[in-house]
Amino acid sequence: MTATIEPTKGGFGTRMLRKEDPKLLTGENKFIDDIKAPGQLWMGMVRSQFAHATINSIDTSGAESMPGVHSVLTGAQLAEMGLWQAPLPCAWPVTEDMVNPPHYPVAISEAKHVGDIVAVVLCSDRYGVADAVEQVVVDYTPLPAVVNLQDAVDGKAMAHSDLETNKAFHWPLDPNPEGTAAAFANAAHVVKARFVQQRLIPMPMEPRGCLAVPSPAGGEIVFYSATQIPHILKIMIAATSGIPENKIRVIAPSVGGGFGGKLNVDADALLAVTLANHIGLPVRWTEQRSEGAGASHQGRGQIQHVEAAADENGKVTAIKVHLDADMGAYMMLITPGVPLLGSFLYTGVYDIPNLSFSCDGHFTNLTPTDAYRGAGRPEASYAIERIMDMMAHKIGIAPEEIRSRNYINGGEHFENFDAASTLTFDSGHYKPAHDRALELADMAGLRSEQARRRDAGETKQLGIGMCTYVEICGLAPSRALGGLNYGAGGWEHATVRLLPTGKVEVVSGSTPHGQGHETAWSQIIAEKMGIDPNDVEVLHSDTALSPLGLDTYGSRSLAVGGVAIAMAADKVVDKAKLIAAHQFEASPEDIEFVNGSFSVAGTPTKSVHIQELGFAAFTAHDLPDGMEPNLQEQVNFDPPNFAFPFGTHVAVVEIDIETGGVELINYIGVDDCGIQVNPLIVEGQVHGGIVQGAAQALFEEAVYDENGNITNPSLMDYLVPSTMEMPNITLDSTVTPSTTNPLGVKGVGEAGTIGSAAAVINAVCDGLSPYGVTDIKMPATPQRIWNAINAGSTGGAA
Amino acid sequence: MIPAAFDYTVAENAEHAIQLLGEYGDEAKLLAGGHSLIPMMKFRLAAPTQLIDVARISDLSYIRQENGQVAIGAMTKHAELETNDVIAAACPILGHVASLVGDPSVRHRGTLGGTIAHSDPASDLPAAVLALGGTIVARGPNGQREIAATDFFTGYFESVLAPDEMIVEVKVPANTGGWNYQKFNRRAQDWAIVGVAVADGGKGVALVNMGSTPLRATAVEAALAGGGSVADAAELAAEGAVPPVDNNADASYRTHLAQVLTRRALEAAS
Repeated sequence: MTATIEPTKGGFGTRMLRKEDPKLLTGENKFIDDIKAPGQLWMGMVRSQFAHATINSIDTSGAESMPGVHSVLTGAQLAEMGLWQAPLPCAWPVTEDMVNPPHYPVAISEAKHVGDIVAVVLCSDRYGVADAVEQVVVDYTPLPAVVNLQDAVDGKAMAHSDLETNKAFHWPLDPNPEGTAAAFANAAHVVKARFVQQRLIPMPMEPRGCLAVPSPAGGEIVFYSATQIPHILKIMIAATSGIPENKIRVIAPSVGGGFGGKLNVDADALLAVTLANHIGLPVRWTEQRSEGAGASHQGRGQIQHVEAAADENGKVTAIKVHLDADMGAYMMLITPGVPLLGSFLYTGVYDIPNLSFSCDGHFTNLTPTDAYRGAGRPEASYAIERIMDMMAHKIGIAPEEIRSRNYINGGEHFENFDAASTLTFDSGHYKPAHDRALELADMAGLRSEQARRRDAGETKQLGIGMCTYVEICGLAPSRALGGLNYGAGGWEHATVRLLPTGKVEVVSGSTPHGQGHETAWSQIIAEKMGIDPNDVEVLHSDTALSPLGLDTYGSRSLAVGGVAIAMAADKVVDKAKLIAAHQFEASPEDIEFVNGSFSVAGTPTKSVHIQELGFAAFTAHDLPDGMEPNLQEQVNFDPPNFAFPFGTHVAVVEIDIETGGVELINYIGVDDCGIQVNPLIVEGQVHGGIVQGAAQALFEEAVYDENGNITNPSLMDYLVPSTMEMPNITLDSTVTPSTTNPLGVKGVGEAGTIGSAAAVINAVCDGLSPYGVTDIKMPATPQRIWNAINAGSTGGAA
Repeated sequence: MIPAAFDYTVAENAEHAIQLLGEYGDEAKLLAGGHSLIPMMKFRLAAPTQLIDVARISDLSYIRQENGQVAIGAMTKHAELETNDVIAAACPILGHVASLVGDPSVRHRGTLGGTIAHSDPASDLPAAVLALGGTIVARGPNGQREIAATDFFTGYFESVLAPDEMIVEVKVPANTGGWNYQKFNRRAQDWAIVGVAVADGGKGVALVNMGSTPLRATAVEAALAGGGSVADAAELAAEGAVPPVDNNADASYRTHLAQVLTRRALEAAS
């Protein structure tokens, strides 16, 4: 054999431009607001202006007489209409005794947060509905409200008047309490900290929206939704509305970002679908930007009490965490589970033998919390990476040194590490990423420049921070989810079809909202089947085309859904091989498959390309005995474990010590997400993730006033950073294949976010350390930095 | 966001706009670049029932140097100030400040007359005009009058402009004396948390977002005129100011920023 094997065009590792982009860039794609239905009614929400209030009466007469208004419905009227059979779903009751007050789409007697829906207006005109909403007069009696998490913990007021506590659950993860106690008793060094994870607004560029189109005669309903989860939504609509599941078709058109914000079963969605079904007319809703800031769910919202014990050499021996988590006013789809997703990561990339964790969930009269990029894991990563820096500072060693002393397996390659949290890390190799990041950052050069500026007393001081994160991706092994009391599995579905003309259709159960699934899935086909990625079409996001799926979140698409596609492609190749062997009158064992072509071993001149076999499989004129026609295979892949990508990030900030102004001037990320399908997409994910984490560190926070009103609901006041605020980001990667799946892939959607907030705040604290500052609250605003410098210089640092 | 219903008329020229203002009275609002007014309408903080579009009045868009003054038509866009040769040669501070307003789309829609008429104390250009000692030319049904910029602003989004008057021109002295603009904010596209404009080598010092109007830092100017040092004068930057409080800054921090930025601006301008 002397045949030269050419690399497959478009296969793994190809920096292919995204197939999605021409349509997106030319405006050809249809987003929810581009889709119209004849006779559609616009839905508008009357929302509570009080954080907590009794609803005495609602006068709808003014609104009802407005032009185009179809109807105005209060919570009481809607309840009488019997539109739903169950409250809005919480799929993750984390404990048996979790308190979960019934949450219906429209409040009836008591509004629980500013933005809670108290009435609904339907109108034939988009502008008319906004005018009519303003004419609905609600008479409220304000009730005592609890509008921040600490007040909820302290029980200053009750978020739900019929409950005697704000506490919804207590969830412990304490596999070895004696071990933790002994580690702290014998510790040479103990560091304690209280970190606040401020509330963040997901703020996808496309707000939420939906359109429900009923078919009164047939009883079917087509529900278009800007959602990350069409499949889950379909099941949940059926379960809450009583509309038969097989009469519901959910379509997610092009979706303009989600970041977890479109990973829910919202009141608004359920109202649209049930009202459309009831009235027999299409009902649509498009969220207004500042409406969404307080009405769709928010992320984070935690207070972390963290303690670390270490021996005299800085080897950390135990981590103790108590988390108070802000649920907001209600439990949404996975509200209580989000903080627990982080519980397993509080020992980070380190060989720390003891972890004692507990979490209390608390109700407040604020917007509900739920998934936001990273969901629990950025919070955990932040805590461990901040406490490692604090420990290094206490012991007097460099941040990189304490990390090196604590890495799992000394930073060398490992597989199947049993962490103190009870999870098994699939694989890791932390030292190369660490070394490369320090090299790219020129750590020695940075430190000497920092020393020079300090000695010279310059106005602009440097801060250097690092973060070595690990992340749990590939959600999730269904059994593991069952163990956590989550209400669904974690598998993913794929079908691969070789069409009669040789083209390929991939049906994917994972649903993109900007990630580039169509490109990546085409590259998997290229890699596995030797077929040009441009010959592949991906069908997704429509429950009629792709009936099975568990959608997109938790960095699961590639590590679960992509693996399913690869496995289905393998099955198609296996079947095609039998057809090729039949045509060659050879034994299947003698057939070789290289770059899409089958040939008989030893006679490479006689070959057939797999795409040529599509027609034979379709006509079925001459298939092997007993073989079914067509080349179509499906796989439902349930991963045996999570995947654990990791990386080392370095952030450099410049702090103006006179004004408190802070600028992120350099950022280095060396990430390891296992095997990369398309490095261009990986880099895009990491770039976006880093900016989103840096945004938490320096810019973003949902700020509520003392009455529970959100004070910064628009993009004018909620400071999503732009490219102007971000430095050039230098990226590199290492490759440590996952052992969890046959592709060796890990997932990268949330990685940047998980590493960057801690790296940036470590940099800020490093820059401020000469002023006695040891910690700072996120976002580290200029005012906060200035306050910290003032307090620190007078010896009053936290 | 959805504004309340309104009617819209395109004014053919200034006289037409003033005539329409007279017809519609308090219900009307002039629409220039719209980058402040339209967002306020979308938030329903403003609900004029009649918009009079003056942005298309092309003869109000000009930049001319005459008699030691630079005359700028009210509908001149920020982007034009940013790139105009006359501005660069005769009053460079104006072009520089214009280049820091909002983002490129704001600068290609927003107008000098519009931003002054809007009288937002957080806007950049009004402070630059104040520091330069500029004059606002307003026209109403009874003709034209000139108002010193120092007399123009009266409160948050309020000025001496009568309901049936419109700004037609802004005049600033040609002045290339030492100038500087310090804009402190968290994102490049945002309003200044505090801004300080220094013109004419320190003879004109104006503050952004330090009160209910753009302010002349008269105490600083007086201290410098009296021979005080830059450092000492800058300490007086917030004298008499009542700085606003918001998510970005409390009053004492704004006061501190005004002092630091004034010192820096004066140092850079000298």
